[in-house]
Amino acid sequence: METFEAFFNSLASPELVIGICTAIFALYMLRMRQMMQPKVAFGIMGLTALFFVVGAQNHDFATILKKGDNMPIVIMTFSVLFFLWLAFRQATLNDMRLERGLPPNEATESGKKVLVWPDLVFPEFIMTVLLSAAFIAWAVMVEAPLEEPASGSRAPNPAKAPWYFLGLQEMLVYFDPWLAGVVLPGMIVVGLMAIPYIDTNPKGNGYYTFKERPFAIGMFMFGFLIMWVLLVIMGTFLRGPNWNFFGPFEYWDPHKVEALVNVNLSEYFWVSMLDTRMPDNPLVRELPGILLVLGYFIVTPAILAVTVLKKFFHELGFARFSVLVMLLLMMGSLPIKMLLRWFFNLKYLVGIPEWFFNI
Amino acid sequence: MIAETQIWRSIFRHGYPSTPRNRALAALSNIFLHLHPVKARKSGIRLSFTWCMGGITFFLFLLETITGVLLMFYYRPTIEYAYNDIIALREHVPLGIMRELHRWGAHMMVLAVWLHMLRVFLTGSYKPPREFNWNIGVILLLLTLLLSFTGYLLPWDQLAIWAITVGSNMARAHPLIGHEGPGASLLAVGDVALVTPASDIRFGLLAGRFVGAAALLRFYVLHCVALPLAAGLFMAVHFWRVRKDGGISGPM
Ligand code: HEM
Repeated sequence: METFEAFFNSLASPELVIGICTAIFALYMLRMRQMMQPKVAFGIMGLTALFFVVGAQNHDFATILKKGDNMPIVIMTFSVLFFLWLAFRQATLNDMRLERGLPPNEATESGKKVLVWPDLVFPEFIMTVLLSAAFIAWAVMVEAPLEEPASGSRAPNPAKAPWYFLGLQEMLVYFDPWLAGVVLPGMIVVGLMAIPYIDTNPKGNGYYTFKERPFAIGMFMFGFLIMWVLLVIMGTFLRGPNWNFFGPFEYWDPHKVEALVNVNLSEYFWVSMLDTRMPDNPLVRELPGILLVLGYFIVTPAILAVTVLKKFFHELGFARFSVLVMLLLMMGSLPIKMLLRWFFNLKYLVGIPEWFFNI
Repeated sequence: MIAETQIWRSIFRHGYPSTPRNRALAALSNIFLHLHPVKARKSGIRLSFTWCMGGITFFLFLLETITGVLLMFYYRPTIEYAYNDIIALREHVPLGIMRELHRWGAHMMVLAVWLHMLRVFLTGSYKPPREFNWNIGVILLLLTLLLSFTGYLLPWDQLAIWAITVGSNMARAHPLIGHEGPGASLLAVGDVALVTPASDIRFGLLAGRFVGAAALLRFYVLHCVALPLAAGLFMAVHFWRVRKDGGISGPM
């Protein structure tokens, strides 16, 4: 037990958690066929369950787990793992059929039409009954939480957003609120809405497949699993008072101090590199960062269009391609900022607090 | 036998649904069932294909509506009463599990929408001709999150007020229209700033500078009236479009 706790506590830092999960994610995408073997997939689910069961012996972890409002996150963890398997298992089986020149499995049945009564109405009815029973049981067993009456002057520590927004709250570590709370969520919505119009690949419409659209699926799943679901899980179990990072089996000490030595790019540039004083004009001072950010959004698309994504540029045309790359760069800005923070203690690429303009 | 009586015949205009004809009529002549087509692709209604996630989301929406109406009988959205009414719900109301049902249902609805979106994505069901319905879906996703978010405040406990404070603080930083957002200071007439803590977007959202009585009322109205109506409307369009776009997707 002690080694178990110590082991997982030692892994507890944002860079390790996100790094390890990204590596597992890459493994899933690159070794899809093996990972989707029922043995492997259910093995992973079993190990996750084991972690929760063994972990619940620990007092601190159990306190977090027992909170009624955290149950959805546990349910989310397992249902995401399960439905990933259900979807990608069918996708890999279909891909094997497609390789052999057969149509996807769904096609064998899609010509067949069945009467909705009873073939759909009955399952719906059964589902309704089962779900009603499950929810009544849950409601009887677990009381909805209610804390002390609201007080505008005593803030709890940590003050957390509702669980489904914890991903945004986690982004606040790396970006100022105008980006983490306004621009990036806005981009998520715009991006979701744009998907049908920038994905012009006609294949994979109406059946599970991975091989026929690896890029679209890879990007979407990275955004959904790593940049959203994982951040929600982290925000629930690993972020404690003052939004400090805690191991799963660590006491949430409100006095834990984390040294903050983050430095702006401008300081690196003027003071460390050029060994001069920081210019007074904020625009001059932040010029390196501004150029870098502009370059990221203007030069990278051009480079991508003639190199890695050349194929897409030709298929999509200028307008669609620009939107696609803009969205990808927006999504990529979060991991990039994370890496810069973890390895260079970088605070802002552009830091003009006078105008609340920090990137 | 019962199917022969005048009462049955007045309600259902067909015999017991045991023959194909009557089964078709059962789906056709019932306003609720006729959300469905009479016949559907076998591949599309397989549980492993849709996971029934859209259906589960809709079920949860109905659950929320029913339990929500019951909660509204007891709950008053004012600072004096809100918190005590919530306690009373547990202690004085017989079978007081409505709040539990409502809360767990709400959490699960958020999760179900995500999973539904995931399955629609992974089956490529947003591709033509279903692009528009995917967008209706994105709006439903937002409405679901907003419904949950506005409901979060209503118990008026520490969790509620601070979660909403954390959430709505983001609005403060909205470019141009939040008073701590980039560019907000540019919006000024002479020396008079237009975007201040008492006039920015967060103020508009909360009807005040802090999460207080006005915000509670505002969230209550949004939560109980405006957002459910909007969600219902968009769901109607969503379901209608599923049918108009050729039913649940399948390989051509
Ligand atoms: C309140 C939320 C929602 C409800 C109640 C709902 C309900 C449904 C239902 C019952 C279906 C029929 C097939 C199925 O069950 O999978 C469906 C299909 C569909 N939904 Fe939703 N949905 C919601 C949100 C969304 C979201 C967030 C998206 C995507 C962003 C979306 C996109 C679609 C699309 C494209 C289809 C057609 C799928 C196909 O033909 O295979 N919906 N929805």
